[in-house]
This record gives sequence, C-alpha cells and structure tokens, in this order.
Amino acid sequence: MIQVKELSKFFGKKAVVDNVSVTIETGKITSFIGPNGAGKSTLLSMVSRLLNADTGEVLLDTNDIRRIKSDDFAKRVSILKQSNFMNVRLTIRELVSFGRYPYSKGRLSEEDIKFVDQALDYMNLTDMQDQFLDELSGGQRQRAFIAMVIAQDTDYVLLDEPLNNLDMKHSVQIMKILRKLVDELGKTVIIVLHDINFASVYSDRIVALKDGRVIKEGPTNDIINSDALKQIYDMDIPVQEQNGCRICVYFNSH
Amino acid sequence: MRLWILIVAAVILSSISLFLGATNITPTDLLDFSSDEAEIFYISRIPRLVAIILAGMGMSIAGLIMQSLSRNKFVSPTTAGTLDAAKLGILISMLFFAGASYTQQIIFSFAFALIGTLVFMQILNRIKFKDAIFIPLIGIMYGNILSSITVFFAYENDLLQNIDAWLMGDFSLIIKGRYELLYVSIPVLIIAYIYANRFTVAGMGEDFAKNLGVRYKFVLNLGLVLVALISTTVVLTVGVIPFLGLIVPNLVSIFKGDNLAKTLPHTAVLGVVFLLACDIIGRVIIYPYEIPINLTVGVIGSAIFLIMLFRGRAYAK
Repeated sequence: MIQVKELSKFFGKKAVVDNVSVTIETGKITSFIGPNGAGKSTLLSMVSRLLNADTGEVLLDTNDIRRIKSDDFAKRVSILKQSNFMNVRLTIRELVSFGRYPYSKGRLSEEDIKFVDQALDYMNLTDMQDQFLDELSGGQRQRAFIAMVIAQDTDYVLLDEPLNNLDMKHSVQIMKILRKLVDELGKTVIIVLHDINFASVYSDRIVALKDGRVIKEGPTNDIINSDALKQIYDMDIPVQEQNGCRICVYFNSH
Repeated sequence: MRLWILIVAAVILSSISLFLGATNITPTDLLDFSSDEAEIFYISRIPRLVAIILAGMGMSIAGLIMQSLSRNKFVSPTTAGTLDAAKLGILISMLFFAGASYTQQIIFSFAFALIGTLVFMQILNRIKFKDAIFIPLIGIMYGNILSSITVFFAYENDLLQNIDAWLMGDFSLIIKGRYELLYVSIPVLIIAYIYANRFTVAGMGEDFAKNLGVRYKFVLNLGLVLVALISTTVVLTVGVIPFLGLIVPNLVSIFKGDNLAKTLPHTAVLGVVFLLACDIIGRVIIYPYEIPINLTVGVIGSAIFLIMLFRGRAYAK
C-alpha cells in the first residue's frame, strides 16, 4: 500500500502540490485526473522519488520512501515518464534487459534472461526484439518501455501520461495491457491521464486534482458523474452509459 | 563491423607504423641491440606506436562517454570546450608558477578541463532548444572563447609559440620519456568499461536512471572526471587531436547502437585504427618529412563529419 501524507511541493512561492493526502489501494488501477497544472505529474514524481517533497511524506507499506535504498526501491516501484528526446540507439531487447538492472547490475543471470524473455513475450515483442528503438513507431516504443517495466517486476507501476502522442488504436492497446497487468499479474498501477474517458473505462479508482489539491477521490463511478465533473473541470459534462461504460461527452460543453 | 576485423586492421597498421620512417629498419636489425636501428626502434618507434594506441583509444572513449551523458551525438572533447579548457589550464600554470613543473601543469590542466566541461554541461542544462547541431555549435563557440583567452594571455607573455605547440597534435616528438603520462588512460578505460552499463542508463535521462536505482549525479560526475583525465593527458603529451572523439563513436553507433557495454571495445579499437591510418598517411605523403597528425585527422575527420551531418540528421536527431 502507498500512503501519501500531507505532501506539498513548492515551485517558488506557488504550491504546485498542496497538502495532499491519498491512499493507493493495491491490485487496482488508480488514475490521477484533473485540469492542466493541477499537480498530477508532480505528485506522481514525488511518489516515485524523482522529486523530493518539501513537506509531508510518502509511505510504502509502513516505510518512508526516502529511507529505502535506491536499489530496493527500484525493485518495488517503477516509473515511466514521457521523454521527448529518446534518441538512444538501443535494441528492444537491450532496453528490456535494463529493466533487470536493479537485480543484476548489468550482468544478467539465467533468471534475469527468463524475465526478459517473458516480458518480451507478454508484450508481443519477441519477433522484433533486435530492432533499434529509434526505428519504431510511437506505439511500439511505448510497448517496449512497458516491457522493460514488466521485466523490472515491481509491485507498483507508475506511468505519466502514457497515451501521449498515441493514436486511438494504440491508446486502447496500452490501456488493455495495463488492465492485464493488474488483473493477471496482480500489479498496482498508478497513471496520470488526460483523457477522462480512458480513466472512466479502465480505472478502478480515480483521484481528481485541482490547483494542487485533491478535490475528489473514490471508486470510478463516484467520480464520473456530472456533479463531480463540474467541480473538477468547471464544465457541464453530460455522462452517458454505453455497454456498461460511462462516457463523458464533453466536446460541446461549456 | 566485427571486432576481430578491427583488431586485425590495428595489428597490421601497427606493424607498418613500426617499420615506417626516415631510417629504414628491418626486423633483423632488432636482433642486434646495440645497433642504431634498434635504438631508434626502442626510443622512438615503439613509444610513438604506444602513444597513438593510447591516445586513439582514450579520445574515442572520452567522446563516447560525453555523447552518452550529454545525450547529443555531436558533443565531444573538441566540441564542448574540454580541450580548450585544458590548454587554458596549462597556460595559467605557466603564468603563475614560473617554470611550472610537469606535475603542476598536469594538475592545472586537469582541473581546468574538468571545470570547463562541467560549465558546458551546466549550459546544456539551461538550453531549452536541444537541437543536435545547435548544441555542439554552442560548445565550439564556448571553446573558442576559452581559446581566445588563452591566446591573449599567451601573446601578452610571449608564450604564443608554446601554445602553438599544444594546438598542434603531433606524434613526431614522441620519444621514450615523453609519453608515459598517457598510461593514465589505461585505468581510466578499465573504469569506463566497468561503468559502461551505468553510462548507458544515465544516457537515457535522469528519470530513467533513477527509476532503475542508478545514482545519476554520481555517474555523470564520474564520466566527466574520466573525460577530463583522458583529455588532459592527451593534450599534454600529443597535443590537440580534433574530431577523433566525434567521428569514431558515431561510426560505431550507426552500426552497433548505443549500448556502451557492447560498443566500448569497438569504439576503442576503431579509434586506434583511425588514428594509426591518419598517422601513416601523414608520414608517407611528403616522405621523408611528415605532416602533423592534427592536420591529417582534421582533413579526413572533417570530411567524414560533413558526410555524417548531411546523411545523418535523421539518425542524430
């Protein structure tokens, strides 16, 4: 379980994350949603130790994450951030092998190789494992990075806007994979999403942020309704039910 | 690009290098240790070969580490001010300590090379517009500023000719007793190899490195220290060899990718082959005289660099 306790982060005088307390339940997909500048990514970065919090703490089980050794932390929590200039020429297999770095320090054991093979297989990348990353399409590259995280074999998988720059088909593909990670492999996924309908259809719980504060939090259906959405986005958003999925029709709202 | 082909090429070029020069030496001469030929062989030819091998490996690996850590294909000791900072360090040591000892020169040159490169990395951090070509241009301008400071103070103090000597990478002055500093690059290369995986991970960015539990800042600083050490020893013994750290790692990267653990040996050996070839060309072209290495490497290197620029924009983006 990850517990965020009274966490704040200031950039200058402005609190980007303002006294946030949230509990992440294990074995579920939790989505962070909210308008631009709500502090979603900053919160995720602090939970994954990429950023230090100014006040407050994050507990992994019962331990303050700042007290956990970086090797051990890398075996429990992984984070994928969107990087704009990924021009490193690694093959898919090399990238996925780096997922084993916390365990192997670069010298892969038999067991590490097994994990790498399984991760490639799981993401349907075995046939193209020797291709260079810079020769792949956006969707393939994203799958390669998720394969790396699978090889890293952490209980918690954190993703910062993994659907950026992906078309509909690949976005659905990635979300289905994340759902599988939770349902089949028992992982806990925390994800920052822009598209509220992906959050609605695929997540178990939603944490809505606005101006650095948690404004709503709970099971998906408690958040995806016109009242709650009005508070989060200041928009009147009709919600329609379609095959058991709640879809927010925000395109012509005001 | 097979490693063994590169090694065979290096061995062949090495033997050519050993038996090429104004004095004609044959292998049988070497059996007589007291002969002039044997003496030339041991005092001049072997040190020259060893110097070329160590400098070739060192500068290529230094370039490879810099390109990985700066995440830019065109950053190298020549295009990031490292070599210019090293020269400035030597000058300062000569200005402030009359008749500075060799050790003082080494320390100053190393300190300046390190600080100079750190400053460049800081500049890099602050630039939002990370274009593959733009960054090295900034580096070259920065290097020229450092260089002009060096030249100004050298001119004021009548040291211009000494400066010219360092500017001019030249292996013809390498004899026994004047190149041994280059052996520093051997432990440096070993450390580079041990840390190859961490350099690759750091080259994927700070967030990526932290996710895998790699201490990013430490790896970054270690890499810069290694680069500064190699650059210093090469500048102090051979002089500036341009383009080497730029072209060699890029050629290897095109074929073998950027996984340092895999490409480091190739890069080191290709660096040796390239430098040996340039040296031999420089010694043959106006035989029995020779052209300094920085000229041959400069001409051949800039041609290859231009080809890479025109053909490789997509690859280096």
